[in-house]
Amino acid sequence: MTHANLKLHEPVGDEVKTTTCYMCACRCGIKVHLKDGKVRYIQGNPDHPVNRGVICAKGSAGIMQHYSPARLRKPLLRVGERGKGEFREIEWDEALALATQWLGDIRRRNPDELAFFTGRDQSQALTGWWAQQFGTINYAAHGGFCSVNMAAAGMYTFGGSFWEFGEPDWEHTRYLMMFGVAEDHDSNPIKLGLGKLKQRGAKLLAINPVRTGYAAIADEWLGIRPGTDGLFVGALIQELLNHDWVDFDYLVRYTNAHHLVVRDPGGADDGLIARDAAGTPLCWTRDAGAARADAVGIAPVVVGEYTLDDGRRAVPAFQLLAERFLAAEYSADAVAPQCGIDAAAIRRIAAEIADAAFRQEIRLPVAWTDVWGRQHSEMIGRPVSLHAMRGISAHSNGFHTCRLLHTLQMLLGAIDTPGGFRYQPPYPKGVPPANRPGKSRKPDGTLDAGPLGYVHAPEDLLVDAEGNPRRLDKAFSWQHPLAVHGMLQSVIANAVAGDPCRIDTLFLFMANMSWNSAMNTTGTRRMLVEKDDGGEYKIPRIIYVDAYASEMVEFADLVLPDTTYLERHDCISLLDRPISDADGASDAIRHPVVQPDRDVRPFQDVLLDLGTRLGLPGCLREDGSPRYPGGFPQYMVEHERAPSVGLLAGWRGRDGSREGTGEPNPQQLERYKEHGAFWHAEVPAAGRYYKMANRDYLDWARGLGFVGSTHAQVMELYSERLQRFRLAAQGHGAVQPPARERERVARYFDPLPFWYAPFEWSHVDLARYPIAAITQRPMFMYHAWGSQNAWLRQITARNFLYIHPQTAQALDLRDDDWVWVESPHGRIRVPVRCHNGTEPGTVWSWNAIGKKRGAWKLAPDAPESQQGFLLNHVITELLPPRAGGYRYANADPVTGQAAWFDLRVRIEKAADEPETQPHRVEVARA
Amino acid sequence: MTMLPAPARRKLGLVIDLDTCVGCHACAVACKEWNDGGQFGPLPDEDAYGAEPLGVWFNRIHSYEVQPEVTPDSQGNGPLQQLYKTGFVENAPAMTVHFPRSCLHCEKPDCVTVCPTGASYKRAEDGIVLVDEEKCIGCKLCSWACPYGAREYSEKRGVMQKCTLCVDRIYNESFAPAERQPACVMACPTRARHFGDLGDADSAVSKLVAEREGYALMPELGYAPVNRYLPPRPRRNGCGDKAAAADHTETLDRDQLPPLLRWVDKLLSR
Repeated sequence: MTHANLKLHEPVGDEVKTTTCYMCACRCGIKVHLKDGKVRYIQGNPDHPVNRGVICAKGSAGIMQHYSPARLRKPLLRVGERGKGEFREIEWDEALALATQWLGDIRRRNPDELAFFTGRDQSQALTGWWAQQFGTINYAAHGGFCSVNMAAAGMYTFGGSFWEFGEPDWEHTRYLMMFGVAEDHDSNPIKLGLGKLKQRGAKLLAINPVRTGYAAIADEWLGIRPGTDGLFVGALIQELLNHDWVDFDYLVRYTNAHHLVVRDPGGADDGLIARDAAGTPLCWTRDAGAARADAVGIAPVVVGEYTLDDGRRAVPAFQLLAERFLAAEYSADAVAPQCGIDAAAIRRIAAEIADAAFRQEIRLPVAWTDVWGRQHSEMIGRPVSLHAMRGISAHSNGFHTCRLLHTLQMLLGAIDTPGGFRYQPPYPKGVPPANRPGKSRKPDGTLDAGPLGYVHAPEDLLVDAEGNPRRLDKAFSWQHPLAVHGMLQSVIANAVAGDPCRIDTLFLFMANMSWNSAMNTTGTRRMLVEKDDGGEYKIPRIIYVDAYASEMVEFADLVLPDTTYLERHDCISLLDRPISDADGASDAIRHPVVQPDRDVRPFQDVLLDLGTRLGLPGCLREDGSPRYPGGFPQYMVEHERAPSVGLLAGWRGRDGSREGTGEPNPQQLERYKEHGAFWHAEVPAAGRYYKMANRDYLDWARGLGFVGSTHAQVMELYSERLQRFRLAAQGHGAVQPPARERERVARYFDPLPFWYAPFEWSHVDLARYPIAAITQRPMFMYHAWGSQNAWLRQITARNFLYIHPQTAQALDLRDDDWVWVESPHGRIRVPVRCHNGTEPGTVWSWNAIGKKRGAWKLAPDAPESQQGFLLNHVITELLPPRAGGYRYANADPVTGQAAWFDLRVRIEKAADEPETQPHRVEVARA
Repeated sequence: MTMLPAPARRKLGLVIDLDTCVGCHACAVACKEWNDGGQFGPLPDEDAYGAEPLGVWFNRIHSYEVQPEVTPDSQGNGPLQQLYKTGFVENAPAMTVHFPRSCLHCEKPDCVTVCPTGASYKRAEDGIVLVDEEKCIGCKLCSWACPYGAREYSEKRGVMQKCTLCVDRIYNESFAPAERQPACVMACPTRARHFGDLGDADSAVSKLVAEREGYALMPELGYAPVNRYLPPRPRRNGCGDKAAAADHTETLDRDQLPPLLRWVDKLLSR
């Protein structure tokens, strides 16, 4: 009675190829098994440093993404009115000729009239370079509406950041604090880490308005109110200071805590670091008075006021920090009612993390040498680590809140020490890195540097003579000076308003800006079709690249269909967004494991083809012939950003014997394919911690070309860079903000982190809108484009508004009731479900499950469009007008991060309507 | 009526750690993918892009909330009143448990004994419960007999389908030895799933069950499931952390000693 034909030894398929997943931002290694030319099975690659063989729900469902009926099949040219979705299929030659004509005219006239923005931004090494070659300053990826606060605060504080440029020490941490909704970035490495951490018995604390996912397995959940994390952390800092739970030796060795800050109220040097004639920061020592702060063998002070040789008064930076956080406003009692967390719990948490950091100190018996040449016999660790992502970022106070988190880490001595938070190579490479955004065009029309970079001083801003923004999105202007990822969320509204400028063509790659990536979705859809008095669209042309029939497609004038991720080359470059881990540097490739069965082309190839047709300098040889006729795979191998530095670090040199730097190797991609499609170089054991000041690490990193020097990288407890902007706003220096921006710049460019209420709180009547509303992504459906997946949508094809049962009871709501969610910007009618793991003053939903009817090749009655909804409709992209009528973006004033989670709403039971009535959107504005 | 084989010494099964399961559905989708394209597939989907997308899954994840009673505070305020008056609720937080559910490969499976054709059977050599589709007539008696809801009937194919414990992977000599594991175990990102011989007290899975006090699901029903679940570890929410609690009672009298003065004589080394 057994299976007559049970085959226990059947091979998976005929062939297996290794490549890199694209179903989310993790970029895990995958093994794709093929059978009869079709994808049979995708598994995690056990050898891959990112995922070690595991694979998430999205990764396994990649097979259905690859075979999705929503795939675009041929280039499309709009024939009807924009937004009606009426197209005719055209050949690639026609499509590329048309794009070349449009873009060529722009480049001859004014390259800045091209706004080139990418939603999925893992090809920035190519796309940023292309924008630079084209000569437009109007380029960015999606970070402005994702988590730029987190990235910028980290880079400007310690030269790393949560997620992409660092990770908790999963092997040694004894206390992990996870802040905010953080279930997506990154997926598998965090899950692998949490598994290890819980096995070791470390404590996991979730500080999050919502208890799902990772918070569900936490030892403790603190249901904090959105936007108040900075207060909570400020109170923890006060507790640490009160009890002297601070690693002072760490502070004076690795941060600028002892640097002297000039006290000269009203002066041009107020708040700047005191320096010697050579520009080296000074500190104060009891024996010898002022001394170079970078000297070793000295005993610097951290409090007191001192008189410098030139008569100026100065105090150590630490004192300024201590004064701020010892103030009553950061006491546990003061913050408790605002955070919704009991004061006793805050004090207890502070005691617990101090206990973990200092009583459970780690001493690894690993010898290492610091940058000053001193040998150490062991590595001392403070095993407390932190992780945060969008929950902290997506507020208008997110930059400073994230800086507060890093301040807490520095006080504990828990950045890049065993058990703490660890840098991932190639970081740290400067606090912040040296590259500044391009500002002007060279005679050949190219930009003098890549359009994105780090602004170090007011002189680096992209503003005109009057101090007005030059970029369409207002990034790098006085309104958002450190907008290091640009502000994609502002592009459409600004272009339509002509503020600060109009554009000719909006060129988007995989950015669903007419739907779930837009603030004020309804308004944005209207803007995309808005015409001027002459009957022309206010955004004259829209070129869109996507692999799928997303909501954005119907607004395009020209659609260039992309392949799936299994059909093209990609480069996961260290010059872009690395996939390294703390113990090693990595990069990777994708390569076609199957051929397209449709008339589609890889976006990267199309971009290089367009560049060649446009005659962009980098795309041509000196004789005018195409530089990369082989497309992106040729570029991946042959392009050099600087001599010997290319997109891929592995198997360089003519014979493939070099790592990091070296001449291009014609066989490089073959080597990658032989090695699982990735390259990995382990950090030597002596270099695995204290990377900011570890000679063993920095020598290794310089050898690979990651850093130019092996000097110590000083972490900034106190940010002199921010102070320079404040001084400019106070009337000092050559480049100053216009009068209308001064108060704002002076307030938010505080050299020390601080908490302020999210902007929305002061603009809306909190009595009328008492409830905070936020969103998060389900682990199994992290991108919008995953929610059309035949398997993933069986897990959830609709979303609900989740509400605490007691809040629901007070509003007379039961599961599946429909409610109006109202903000000052509009209201939407949605279904509710009770959820105990929700902070009672907060409601939330899964983002991006709601779909536009007809999009993504879903049936017209699919739940995604019938019951699924977006909160985006009631989130404004602009703050209310201030005196004079000007409206700022609804964004962080430092970085331009979209303040999605500042949203405040009112919930009211909706009168019964017919069962068939889908969710409804009513927008308040005209 | 189908007979069970004599009880085997070898009892292959899964051990699932509810302490680290984050409910990500990785195991469920990996299972679906492996089996859909394999010899136990397809696992058909109905209305894949329509109003009611449903399909056959051998493994499904359920999330439950466990909520302690909410008590009024000392002034008798209910939670919402507390929220708006004081800004927080004296409310014991809810606990969320993610629960993966698949065939437990019972030692006494009624789903097998009720089968009128012998399609449903338990392997003598390792205890895995399988369905031979060629013999299945789609009568669904087995799904009625299974109290765990582990069987999946395919309307499209007219047969019963279920977890095979990846019998076509675990012995597969065309695989590297490390990959001879069920697809769900290979995929699990928190490594919450373990596979092995629960009939061998010395196996890694048996030791894990002993160490973590793993339990069988509803043993009182008498089906003797082989799979085990590991309960959530005790949560350290601070209540029992006496060492840390002792410290934070210490307070600083700021009138006696202005805080900054403490650090004036601090001797630091750079």
